Amino acid sequence: MSEKRQLQPRSGTPVLLRMAARSRAVTAGLAIVGLLALAAMLAPWLTGGDPSEMDFNTIMASPSRGHLFGTDNFGRDVLTRVIFGLQVSLVVAISSVTLALIVGVPLGLFAGYRGGWGGAAIMRMTDVVMAFPAIVFVVALAGIFGASVTLMVLSIALIFAPIAVRVTAVASSAIKNELYIEGAQARGASHTRIMALHILPNAFAPIAVQASALMGIAILFESAISFIGLGVQPPTPSLGLMLAENRPFMGNAPWLVLGPGVCILLAVLGFNLIGDGLPKLFGRSARS
Amino acid sequence: MVVPILFGVSVIVFFLMRLVPGDPALVILGLRATPEGLAAIHRDLGLDLPIHRQYIHWLGNFLSGDLGRDYRSNEAVTTLLAQRLPVTIELTLLSLLMSTAVSIPIGVQAARKPKGWADRAADAIGLVGISVPDFWLGIILVLVFSLGFGIFPSSGYTPLSVGLAQNLSGFVLPSLTLAVGLAAVLVRVTRSAVAEVMAMNFVRFLRAKGLSEPAIFYRHVLRNAALPIVTVTSMQFGYLLGGAVIVEQVFDLPGVGNLIVTATLERNFPVVQAGVLIVAAFVIFVNLAADLLNLLLNPKMSEADL
Repeated sequence: MSEKRQLQPRSGTPVLLRMAARSRAVTAGLAIVGLLALAAMLAPWLTGGDPSEMDFNTIMASPSRGHLFGTDNFGRDVLTRVIFGLQVSLVVAISSVTLALIVGVPLGLFAGYRGGWGGAAIMRMTDVVMAFPAIVFVVALAGIFGASVTLMVLSIALIFAPIAVRVTAVASSAIKNELYIEGAQARGASHTRIMALHILPNAFAPIAVQASALMGIAILFESAISFIGLGVQPPTPSLGLMLAENRPFMGNAPWLVLGPGVCILLAVLGFNLIGDGLPKLFGRSARS
Repeated sequence: MVVPILFGVSVIVFFLMRLVPGDPALVILGLRATPEGLAAIHRDLGLDLPIHRQYIHWLGNFLSGDLGRDYRSNEAVTTLLAQRLPVTIELTLLSLLMSTAVSIPIGVQAARKPKGWADRAADAIGLVGISVPDFWLGIILVLVFSLGFGIFPSSGYTPLSVGLAQNLSGFVLPSLTLAVGLAAVLVRVTRSAVAEVMAMNFVRFLRAKGLSEPAIFYRHVLRNAALPIVTVTSMQFGYLLGGAVIVEQVFDLPGVGNLIVTATLERNFPVVQAGVLIVAAFVIFVNLAADLLNLLLNPKMSEADL
């Protein structure tokens, strides 16, 4: 029980930070994600402001003080484009994971706590969606509805929702047998109240771990889909799209593919470090 | 369990394709389209029937091996898939081989000696392997090994009939690219599965009985740890096929993934439909095969568990 109580820190940030300090992985992950997110948010002020600004005097210039990541075949600053691309990646990842949780967590609570034929139907539906290789699904949807950022967010959310359902269902079906749930039922609490106030807070740890891993996967998906031309469309800067555009020139200018790739790697690594370290902070209950 | 899932998948694939804006008859006829010509093609393709009858018609054809025709080349989709499947299968099998060859020995060693070199290697592979974007890794491998050292070709496919060496050398970089993500997952699973079995009471009992360490390890621990490893490997198969879609693009390999992406961009529905369904069916059957393999490995598990 004492482990579970730690899940509900009384005052926000300081407690979270103190918790984070107990795991090196989480600290490192939060530092990486925090720095990248900060850079993305401050993009217009950190950079020249315009990721599409061309300068034909500096075409494919190697990294220098003025252009830390070099410039591309249109003389555009690679670092500026990477930071703006990161903005798009993070927005896609945050919105798709949030959407998946909004849809998946309530369904998972229902399936895990109430069960019955409704719960079974929900679980079978997750089986069907999860049988599709995720990328193939996103590709097919992009082909049908036309490639766009909105569609990409929706289709990634659609793939992630069953995962959120599963994790929540597994956690809640374990929690529903706890004595305190029986107590709440005996007091006459409604099922909705029990799910919201008793099951959900105690299922928070595995959901948070999963959400963190999903953030990383979403960034990988966004860049991969944009790389094959079915995601973010030019001239919007995207890390995946940049890699596809810059690839033909990499023999002469390897920095064109290094900057964007390392940035994706770091962002995903950050979220995975957080996901790896969280179970240690939350205690055993978070390990799925 | 397999049949209902496949049925659900086929319904989703079929209706998704019907949501597509635009008329396939227009794609076929292009500028030569006349109202009569369009109507004739609608009749030929069965597009004038009510949608549930279209589905039944399509499913019936599908089950009898008729997957429709490519809207553009008018080639049978079955022929296209037969040409492309071997490439994707070779790619996925080679990367499965590469990742298991590296991750299982390291994972096992990591479990036997916590904090040893293998344990640290497993941490590194497990973390970096799942974080690296596969298409970028492919690009970097091309940059180093094709453009830099000129050892392996940067793209393209040589059929097996031309020669095994040429065929394999074209697959080295793509398979390696695809293998890294899987190796990351497998190394973690192997380590935790082996560690869990080694901590069990029966292992302590075998030791007390005086059985030699190698006998305990190879005959008892590995066998028990194999269950979760097989299950996870099969669960990762879907990711492997999804990854193949991207990797085939990077290395310009003519596999099923490449076929699906090209067909998607050309709005060539019969090809997309069949391609997606075949890939999904593949994933489902691999999972079923893994369940059966587990049944063989573990007599305690009954068929009712499947």
